[in-house]
Amino acid sequence: MAHAIMRMKDVNKWFGKFHVLRNINLDVASGERIVICGPSGSGKSTLIRCINRLEEHQSGQIVVEGTEITNDLRHVEAIRREVGMVFQHFNLFPHLTVLENLTLGPIWVLKLPRAEAEKRAMQYLERVRIPDQAGKFPGQLSGGQQQRVAIARSLCMDPKIMLFDEPTSALDPEMVKEVLDVMVGLANESGMTMLVVTHEMGFARKVADRVIFMDQGEIIEQNTPDAFFDTPENDRTKLFLSQILH
Amino acid sequence: MTTPISSAPQARRLSWNNPGVRAIFYQVIALCAVGAAVWFLVHNTLYNLSVRNIASGFDFLSREAGFAIGESLIEYGPADNYARALTVGLVNTLRCAVIGIVCATILGTIIGIARLSKNWLIQKLASVYVEVMRNIPLLLQLFFWYAIISETTPGPRQALNPLPGVFLSNRGFKTPWVTGEGLSWLFGGFVCAIVVVILLARWARKRQEATGQIFPLWRVATALLLVLPAAVWLVSGTSLSLDMPVLKGFNFAGGLTLSPEFAALIIGLVVYTSAFIAEVVRSGIQSVSHGQWEAAGALGLKNSLALRLIVLPQALRVMIPPMTSQYLNITKNSSLAVAIGYPDIVSVVNTTLNQTGQAIEGIMIIMAAYLSVSISISIFMNWYNKRIALVER
Amino acid sequence: MSSVNTTSTAENEGAPSKRLSVWAWLRTHLFSSPLNSLLTILSVWLLLAIVPALIEWSVIRSNFSASTAQECRSTGGACWAFIIEKHRLILFGLYPYDEQWRPLIATGILLGTIILSGFRRFWNFWLVVIWTVALIAVAILMWGGVFGMKFVENNLWGGLPLTLILSTFGIAFAFPIGVVLALGRRSNMPAIKAICVVYIELIRGVPLISLLFMSSVMLPLFLPEGMNIDKLLRAQIAIVMFAAAYIAETVRGGLQAIPKGQFEGADSLGLNYWQQMRLIVLPQALKIVIPPLVGIFIAMFKDTSLVVVIGIFDLTQSGKAALTDQTWRGFSAELYFFIALIYFVFCFSMSKYSQSLEKRLATGYQR
Repeated sequence: MAHAIMRMKDVNKWFGKFHVLRNINLDVASGERIVICGPSGSGKSTLIRCINRLEEHQSGQIVVEGTEITNDLRHVEAIRREVGMVFQHFNLFPHLTVLENLTLGPIWVLKLPRAEAEKRAMQYLERVRIPDQAGKFPGQLSGGQQQRVAIARSLCMDPKIMLFDEPTSALDPEMVKEVLDVMVGLANESGMTMLVVTHEMGFARKVADRVIFMDQGEIIEQNTPDAFFDTPENDRTKLFLSQILH
Repeated sequence: MTTPISSAPQARRLSWNNPGVRAIFYQVIALCAVGAAVWFLVHNTLYNLSVRNIASGFDFLSREAGFAIGESLIEYGPADNYARALTVGLVNTLRCAVIGIVCATILGTIIGIARLSKNWLIQKLASVYVEVMRNIPLLLQLFFWYAIISETTPGPRQALNPLPGVFLSNRGFKTPWVTGEGLSWLFGGFVCAIVVVILLARWARKRQEATGQIFPLWRVATALLLVLPAAVWLVSGTSLSLDMPVLKGFNFAGGLTLSPEFAALIIGLVVYTSAFIAEVVRSGIQSVSHGQWEAAGALGLKNSLALRLIVLPQALRVMIPPMTSQYLNITKNSSLAVAIGYPDIVSVVNTTLNQTGQAIEGIMIIMAAYLSVSISISIFMNWYNKRIALVER
Repeated sequence: MSSVNTTSTAENEGAPSKRLSVWAWLRTHLFSSPLNSLLTILSVWLLLAIVPALIEWSVIRSNFSASTAQECRSTGGACWAFIIEKHRLILFGLYPYDEQWRPLIATGILLGTIILSGFRRFWNFWLVVIWTVALIAVAILMWGGVFGMKFVENNLWGGLPLTLILSTFGIAFAFPIGVVLALGRRSNMPAIKAICVVYIELIRGVPLISLLFMSSVMLPLFLPEGMNIDKLLRAQIAIVMFAAAYIAETVRGGLQAIPKGQFEGADSLGLNYWQQMRLIVLPQALKIVIPPLVGIFIAMFKDTSLVVVIGIFDLTQSGKAALTDQTWRGFSAELYFFIALIYFVFCFSMSKYSQSLEKRLATGYQR
């Protein structure tokens, strides 16, 4: 592969005796959009959480932007500056305003002056279409608005890779679209590398370069969206698709 | 055929079916019952008081007290009046409460954090401490500490001398204390250092907002607080001497004294309450959801920054109400001093009560004293709680 | 580009060669950082300084069978013979020696009923009946005067039975009062709410000692001439009043946790206020607050030690009385250890029970 922004080689992880990631081999090119799907317990969240060291892999290699993820704290900090994450339950900081949530990382990690950090924050708030909520607290926003703030918060760090861990699973149905629209906009307008764990197959069709199906810790099948949805090859893939596309 | 709705029967003004009428009726009954009970008690009390020839009213406050008080922060002698004696008792109670609150908070926070430590040994030791201290009555612990301090320590002549000038005997704990004009310079230097640190913090924050650079405030502040007072004193050229306790006859003179009663009370209160405060701190930190740590980590914040900026502010909000009730508990538990002979307000009132026979006034004074301290602490903590509450829909 | 993984399901290997050896465990749990290593070394040093000496004093060189103080002291260790010699005084106070089987049985009944109340199988109306029967039985046993048992005045009661009686009777009587106060505090009627608030805040703002003083000194003044309350009853009244305020606040918290929908559902069925409370709200609210109520019981059990200051012989006081015997002097360490052990066993087991109860009950209200 020409320029792999992230490479996973023979990655294995155990939770105690439970083998949650089995021999994962994955190369992600810069600017690629990847959707990861699979039944619950298949290890898809664990896989992307290993990329920013929220989980530790026990064997194998993960290399992000040329830096290998090891126990070395400096490597981990360097990687976390380049990799942004959006969580299923938003994880916004409830005691800070929306603006303060966004400027926290730039001020304390990127060491930007406050004025510059706030300018950047307002730009991204406009990008996710809620600039008027800057002075509010997360508890005052709807679920969809909170998730959009969370996306803006990660974008403020100017990451090269964005990880999305089931971003719409905790939202009420009418708010899922507004978040997906933001993510589609992100995919189309910026050259951002995105790894998205989701069940939203419409999003996958629209935006993904590759769809990966995982089951029981292994990558079972990966293909372009059309090939994946229209002509799945593996039986387990077919079973999964029949269950979610009804 | 339909009946127009307007002809439905209305509850008449003064009928049982009107909930407003019922409410007033119940309240009148309740107030009458309480009023009757109070009248009954007051009537009996006045009768009993007159039969036993006990005076009432607060005139006794200006009479001579006639008893000595073991220790007091203000000047007092048996010739002073009861009002002064009571003031001494109140000051002693407040002294206990304030020192107890500060020490218990510090010790409790350390142990609470130790209970969350990754070090298995530290965590287990802290857990054992908390479980043992919480499940043994405070009074028993006070008796225990008092017995240790007064029984196992030798007399003044054979006092233990672990460090030069520090003596431990059954007359109490004595350390050297600094005196001399240099003391005020030292204190002034300390105040200067605090002002400088505050100004420095302001400047550092502005600089960070302007340029993004972070100033090592903690290290500089610690250095300043240690160095500046010493420098100021040296420059002033005044004298500073150590007042050493010296054995004179049967006791020590000079230096700073901690009586066995006070020491036992403080140690007992602090050890007991710190176990409860440790639990409050632990559950406060654990109440912050793990997702907050993860989000902070995902942004690239180091653990120490995440703790300071994200986790602790949220943990504090959870900790304030139970911490308040622990502070109130220390204040109220200081009343156990009467059992080991420390002259707090309960003990002084008890003596007064026995001498004058005016039980009711005495009890009222005790309750008024504790109520005012409790209510002030509660009001302050409630205000602080409201101020830092999370804003939600 | 496509790829399909056709290998069959992987073999179930355990985690690779990071065998969790003792050395690895020590590294991660005790010596993971310089600070941790320092703390570990300090703690181990502290433990080595204290624990062997403690064990030697309390077990190895201790004396269980000496018959005089001299003999007991000669071994240089703990003198448990003192406890064995005095255990009847410590446990039962001044109760007449021959009749001490009665407080023993009373203690057994109380402990048994408390343990029984812990099992959820018995959480229904029968529990109230069992408790009433138990409390009456205890009263009869302790006082005597009927069924051929000698009458024993209650100023001779003491020790562990007295501590248990003060706490259990205290909680038993304070509980209904506390529930009424909690309901009153939440009432819409201002006068009733005011009365309840004043009572609760007044009692919670003052220490138990002042209430004990108040009841022991002021209660005789409150009563009409000729009426007399004995010391024990005065202390019991103070404890009941104190516990009622704390129970009221705890129950109020439980009432607040009931969703408004429950009240509305009851209203829509046409239930009146008392039916609502009795059938719908209180059963749910009380179930929620059982763990904190157990906490109040533990606190009351410890606080009964305060009756010492008005001269009643609870467990702590009767223990101290044992120390005054001239032939056995200077064994306060053994005594306090023994009494502390009794309190600790009781309070620790109750608090462990309350924690496990909280875990089991919480499942109903978590989504």
